[in-house]
Amino acid sequence: MNALYLALANLRFHWVRTLVLIVAAALVGTVPVLTRTLLAQGEAALTARAEATPLLLGTRGSRLDLVMAGAYFTDDLPEPATMAAADAVWESGLGIPVPLHTTFTAGEARIVGTTLDYFDLRGLEIAQGRPFALLGEAVLGAGAAARLGLGVGDTILSDPENLFDLDGAYPLEMGITGIFAPTGTPDDDAVFVDIKTAWVIEGIGHGHDDIVVAGEDAATAAARVVQFARITEDNIDSFHFHGDPAGYPVTAVMVAPYDDRAATILRGRYLDAEGPVQAVVPADVIDALVARLLRIASLVDAVTVVVGLAAALALGLALFLSWRLRAPEMRTAFALGAGRGTIARLALAEVGIVIAAALAIAAPIVILLIYNADIIAARLIALGT
Amino acid sequence: MIAVRDLRFAYGQGFALTVPWLDVAAGERVAVVGPSGSGKTTLLNLVSGISVPDTGMVSLGGTEIGALGDRDRRALRAASVGFVFQEFALVDYLSAEENVLYPYRIGRGLRLDRAARTRARALLSEFGLGAKTRRRPAQLSQGERQRVAIARALVTQPKVILADEATGNLDPANKAAALDLLFAQGAETDAALLCVTHDHELLPRFDRVIDFADLAGVA
Repeated sequence: MNALYLALANLRFHWVRTLVLIVAAALVGTVPVLTRTLLAQGEAALTARAEATPLLLGTRGSRLDLVMAGAYFTDDLPEPATMAAADAVWESGLGIPVPLHTTFTAGEARIVGTTLDYFDLRGLEIAQGRPFALLGEAVLGAGAAARLGLGVGDTILSDPENLFDLDGAYPLEMGITGIFAPTGTPDDDAVFVDIKTAWVIEGIGHGHDDIVVAGEDAATAAARVVQFARITEDNIDSFHFHGDPAGYPVTAVMVAPYDDRAATILRGRYLDAEGPVQAVVPADVIDALVARLLRIASLVDAVTVVVGLAAALALGLALFLSWRLRAPEMRTAFALGAGRGTIARLALAEVGIVIAAALAIAAPIVILLIYNADIIAARLIALGT
Repeated sequence: MIAVRDLRFAYGQGFALTVPWLDVAAGERVAVVGPSGSGKTTLLNLVSGISVPDTGMVSLGGTEIGALGDRDRRALRAASVGFVFQEFALVDYLSAEENVLYPYRIGRGLRLDRAARTRARALLSEFGLGAKTRRRPAQLSQGERQRVAIARALVTQPKVILADEATGNLDPANKAAALDLLFAQGAETDAALLCVTHDHELLPRFDRVIDFADLAGVA
């Protein structure tokens, strides 16, 4: 009790040094736990998403880029495939193709051009409003809506690709018709639109007034064309697309095969290494990625142990030096009848208080993190994109 | 109260302190003078049981220190000896009152009770520090710090008070005042006072003065 009293008095008197020691000890204890938890949760989130995505089709190239862009909506986009890939799946009768066009962003949230089938396949539930029904309508993921402070009835503008690229995509103002319930997946941070709306942003489809007058050639009239920046009830009928729909771009095509046999047949159709389209099972790609991550995690663990040890040694040294400075006090204590046991109890009480205070700081952080690990991991995965 | 017989204690690089005979009675006030390095502080350590003689005997209140184990020596020291150090040796993170009570916090066998707290406050009040009991050493003057150190030496009502250059860091006025307090409080408990000093102006106030050069030898 006396040792505790003296230890507390000393730590309180040297409160700045004590605070630094406590925060350092809390960090030493917290960081490895945080890293481990986030890594485990990140791995679980990655794997769960991959397992919920049966098959992805896309342009032959990096399998990882295709999976990351098609399932996690990352910024590293593969070369676009075409709608012909989705059409081929429809015609095969082996599964439901869901085209995904993820080239553009709005408020830095990824715009996912798709079809209503996507919501059914992912099991997304509307929390407010309704799904998109018309060209130019958008449904926001819960995270994107919260971050951008938008709700049903508001509008969202697609981000210009390049301010100085006059030939690039025009920003399109989209009306928000619904907000999804949170899922803890990349869907939370996306803006969903009909795939045709994504093509309008890309400039493949557009709407404008009919401005050609009698006796005027088309080129002269085209110079006066002002394209609509928002699709409304009044101008929606003027929107049209140019070119062969089978050639319209898609980032990936998610496929939900009807059964295992259909899945096997589908995968077999894209085995030709010379073919333009590849079929990827995301779980296989992510398993390989996670295995690699785990190897890196082992390295991180080793580094954490070394850094933790160094930090612990530094903390020990700081405590030791502070005790050296207190040598006169110890001599006095000894002269007044204290033994080595008393001195040891005093030292242990100080270390114990510092560790207890560090735990008191670290524990709520760790508990908070563990309870919200899924959300934080999803955010980190999104940040990593 | 203090009895030393045929004491020999080797220390330092080949040095050995020898004290053939020394007695200090209860209530007696004895000054010890002598050149630096003659072993005066070592004698105080031997008398208090911090060190144990190689040969010979040191007795404190009839108890031979050399016959006791480390634990019992510490208990005897905590209960029977009051120390006043030259540099005051106050604990910087404790208030004046807590410094006075410090022996109860760390001394073996001492119990910090209400009586001890009352005694500490009474001593500080008597020493003119009643209004400064909550101040830390850094917030006190040199003279005030020394008074706190003396109060700490007296609070356990020891049978023996050992003072090592207790007034060395004080101005003349404070020296006299510190010695007054030490003598007055020591007299109340009939404590034996053994005071190492270099200050010859203070010597007439002691009952007896021992010149260490005559008493002891360093070989």
